[in-house]
Amino acid sequence: MNSINPTITGEASQPEGAAIPVQEEKPAETIIEEGKTVGKPFSGDPKFKLRDVDVFYGDTRAIKKISLDISRNEVIAFIGPSGCGKSTFLRCLNRMNDSIDICRVKGSLQLDDHDIYDPKRDVVELRARVGMVFQKPNPFPKSIYDNVAYGPRIHGLANRKSDLDEIVENSLRKAGLWEEAKDRLDATATGMSGGQQQRLCIARAIAVSPEVILMDEPCSALDPIATAKVEELIAEMSESYTIVIVTHSMQQAARVSHRTAYFHLGHLVEVNETNKVFTSPEHELTESYITGRFG
Amino acid sequence: MTDQRSQAEIVRQSLKRRYRKERRFRAYGILAIAIALGALLTLFTDIIGKGYTGFVKTTITLEVNLDREMMYLDDPTDERQMKMADFVEPLIQALIQEIPGATEEDRDGVRDLINPYASVTLRDAIKANPGWLGTTQTMSFLTHTDVDVYVKHAGDEAYSIKLDEQQRAWVDELLERDVIETSFNDVFFSGGDSRDPSKAGILGAIVGSLLTMFVTLILSFPIGVAAAIYLEEFAPQNRFTDFIEVNINNLAAVPSIIFGLLGLAVFINLFGMPRSVPTVGGLVLTLMTLPTIIISSRAAIKSVPPSIREAAEGIGASRMQVVLHHVLPLAMPGMLTGSIIGMAQALGETAPLLLIGMVAFIVDVPDGFFDSATVLPVQVFLWAGSPELAFIERASAAIMVLLTFLISMNALAIWMRKRLERRW
Repeated sequence: MNSINPTITGEASQPEGAAIPVQEEKPAETIIEEGKTVGKPFSGDPKFKLRDVDVFYGDTRAIKKISLDISRNEVIAFIGPSGCGKSTFLRCLNRMNDSIDICRVKGSLQLDDHDIYDPKRDVVELRARVGMVFQKPNPFPKSIYDNVAYGPRIHGLANRKSDLDEIVENSLRKAGLWEEAKDRLDATATGMSGGQQQRLCIARAIAVSPEVILMDEPCSALDPIATAKVEELIAEMSESYTIVIVTHSMQQAARVSHRTAYFHLGHLVEVNETNKVFTSPEHELTESYITGRFG
Repeated sequence: MTDQRSQAEIVRQSLKRRYRKERRFRAYGILAIAIALGALLTLFTDIIGKGYTGFVKTTITLEVNLDREMMYLDDPTDERQMKMADFVEPLIQALIQEIPGATEEDRDGVRDLINPYASVTLRDAIKANPGWLGTTQTMSFLTHTDVDVYVKHAGDEAYSIKLDEQQRAWVDELLERDVIETSFNDVFFSGGDSRDPSKAGILGAIVGSLLTMFVTLILSFPIGVAAAIYLEEFAPQNRFTDFIEVNINNLAAVPSIIFGLLGLAVFINLFGMPRSVPTVGGLVLTLMTLPTIIISSRAAIKSVPPSIREAAEGIGASRMQVVLHHVLPLAMPGMLTGSIIGMAQALGETAPLLLIGMVAFIVDVPDGFFDSATVLPVQVFLWAGSPELAFIERASAAIMVLLTFLISMNALAIWMRKRLERRW
């Protein structure tokens, strides 16, 4: 990221959903073919089956005809320059975009062969199965215990106090926070350090035993040590969860993910095994991005 | 090199100018605050200087001989006899005895020293203690308002003393012997309005205010908060909701007397509710307070960080759960502060209540939501407009009571905000 290709910087710094000036759009558009992804976007028995997905913010087309499979118990990383649509795409997977009035989603998105955007589908049930961890740690201004217990409580997962205690303890253990937090479960969560807060948010997401966890740049607000802990955690969790992680750090993508998807200007340019993407990318845009020519 | 030096020189010069500007700006600020504080101080000294005497009453202690024949009273339990009995004569006799040199011929002059309501006090005392009849009792009575004014304001140009020379001499003598005394004015806090300033109290107005405020609070807070939540969380963004929003903001700026007219037309004329009652007053003040509460509640809801909302939605909380579990608790301090400030405004409101008849002269302390009542600011309005100067000090005293209520409500708002505020 030290040397920046002057012709493409304009695109890289575009805010999400913003209109792209014509003269700078041309070179990338000529290289990318709409709806065509290089590498291995499809798998045999996918958890998520996403076909021809378009996302619009008002009149702006933020995601352009993306097709992708996400396998069971896979860690897949979404990388790409800012404004390329990777967060938008991630938030389609549990319909977090619903609360944005001007956002429309087209195409077929299926979780275990059931349509995510089916109007009859209950979004509450969907989000109980597809949990989410956000960019900035956002614990509730409540006690550590209540933070983790909130999900199980609203979904009625525990009938007795002892069951709830067990869920809280297990979730905190899985998030590697039990040792640090067990003596102060009643302390407010906002008093914890940033890294602890983010692991608490992960524990909170785990507590409702989701099948998928979406992570939107979970380490961008953390220091390297806290980042290392969260990455370790992702590696452990990959045994039992499907994890989709958006990241700006290519090293992080390389460390934690099995597959990596490269997004560019709303297109899904390339998907492949992580080591393949980082050692021998097939698409020239992927190559320029991971070699640090822009991004 | 020379270039650099001259640049530094330019910066230095501009620095001086910048600091001068800053100092000037700070001076303006201090001046503005000083003017505001000065005005406040003047207001308080004026009100307290005029009004503190309103908290003082003047009483006279007499040895009253309750003679049956003098009072034409045999049996205090007999209603008819009580009605016919003379309770003034024992007082006059007691005064004549108390004042050296006063004779039967001074009856009229002596009678004017004691409050016209003293005979009522005496009657009530005898009614409560029938055994006192035929004995001599030491009792305290309010003095006549003219004596009260003379004791408090002798030598004050603003007050005209209505006592003649002889009466003044008597009062001076009695004051010296502590027969006439001044003490804390409990009458002011324990009674309703009266034509006689010495007897006038604000309890009626306080109770009226409390009843009215209660109606206002239980109506405007839930409706206001519910409206704010709906508009902020559930209402779709379209022309119609924009129209509602603009109109709520406009309502906040409508003069309060208009709300009074609306209340008169709708609640009293259309629905046929009674005049001068706290319920109608509360309804009118609810209309007036609602925009304030809605606007401040919406601001409080808006200030809840979206990250908290997302966190709850991400776990699978429904919209209602997000609002009830997360948004409301975080917005509550702001909502309460707005509501208390709205209530304080309503407490000090006079104009709309005049129109619905809460300006009537009401002696009794109201005992319900449908009993005629007046409120504190209207009581102040009534007394301040009275030609009798003794009422002016009562008005000032009532203003002090009103201000005490308002200041404590605002203090409560600040305390609640500090107390409930959660940081994240």
